[in-house]
Amino acid sequence: MRAAVLMALFLLVGAWPSPAQQPSRPVDERQVYEVATDLRCVVCQTLSVADSPSEMANQMRAIVRERLASGETPAQVRQYFVERYGDWILLAPPRRGFTLLVWLAPLVAVVVGLALVALLVRRWTGRRRPTPPPVDAAMSERIRRELEHEP
Amino acid sequence: MRRSWRWLLPLTAVPVLALLAYGFRLNPRDIRSPLVGRPAAPFALTSFEGTPMQLGALRGQVVVLNFWASWCYPACYEEAPVLERGWRAYRDRGVVVLGVDIQDKDEAGRKFIREFNLTFPNAPDPSGKVSVDYGVYGVPETYFIDRAGAIRVKHVSAVTDQVFRDTVEALLAEPAPSR
Repeated sequence: MRAAVLMALFLLVGAWPSPAQQPSRPVDERQVYEVATDLRCVVCQTLSVADSPSEMANQMRAIVRERLASGETPAQVRQYFVERYGDWILLAPPRRGFTLLVWLAPLVAVVVGLALVALLVRRWTGRRRPTPPPVDAAMSERIRRELEHEP
Repeated sequence: MRRSWRWLLPLTAVPVLALLAYGFRLNPRDIRSPLVGRPAAPFALTSFEGTPMQLGALRGQVVVLNFWASWCYPACYEEAPVLERGWRAYRDRGVVVLGVDIQDKDEAGRKFIREFNLTFPNAPDPSGKVSVDYGVYGVPETYFIDRAGAIRVKHVSAVTDQVFRDTVEALLAEPAPSR
């Protein structure tokens, strides 16, 4: 719901004509939004350029719009920001090199966690089923006889 | 076997805690710029006085490019006199100080310049394009550009007299680039 409202606001603001920005060709505002959601607002704490109301984010959105309007692909626009800020500018770290760990660590943690849970469950359920003590043959015979004589 | 399993759970927390400890020791503002060592992006701004301020025209000189804002207190207020002193001390030795006022109001920027009696060129960056071109993520940030036009040092936070002097002297000591 929140994302839908943000998207609607973003499209509304983006579609508003601005005298400072004259795109050379029409730009799909959804494409601007998609690129802006991938970029970190540089003056915010963990907010994307699409979500931040700051002036810096507004300027970055304008740059995204302008570069898309000039014919660059979304990947080229992202690369423009990465070349200036490094991978830090991307909210989702790239799936290569050291940052691949960020993607793999949760998967490894889940697998290890499930293995531990399975192990502990096996141990706990094993304890609840103690093996019955062996009954010697004489006792078995006595029980049988007493049951037979039961009226 | 059972004893080793008992230690496994606390042991898995060790790398996580080590990573946390490493992360807490880092300065979140100390982000390495990929631009250091690369040619400085050319720009053309109009100064508060209405004169053109172009980086391309300054090739062959050491350029100290400072990004500031009037609302950036106290760091920008601390370094403004440092930059003015540096400009006055080194301008005859081939050093140019340029100020770029970002995310600011025009009148507030002019008032700041008057307050500190800044005589080096200062220009607003109303579109934010120059600050994004330089990978600026806060103020103040200062870029030291060598005589060949390459960014050599990015300084985050207020520039001190010593940082200014040491960096500029080191760049001036390098042989001038062949034209």
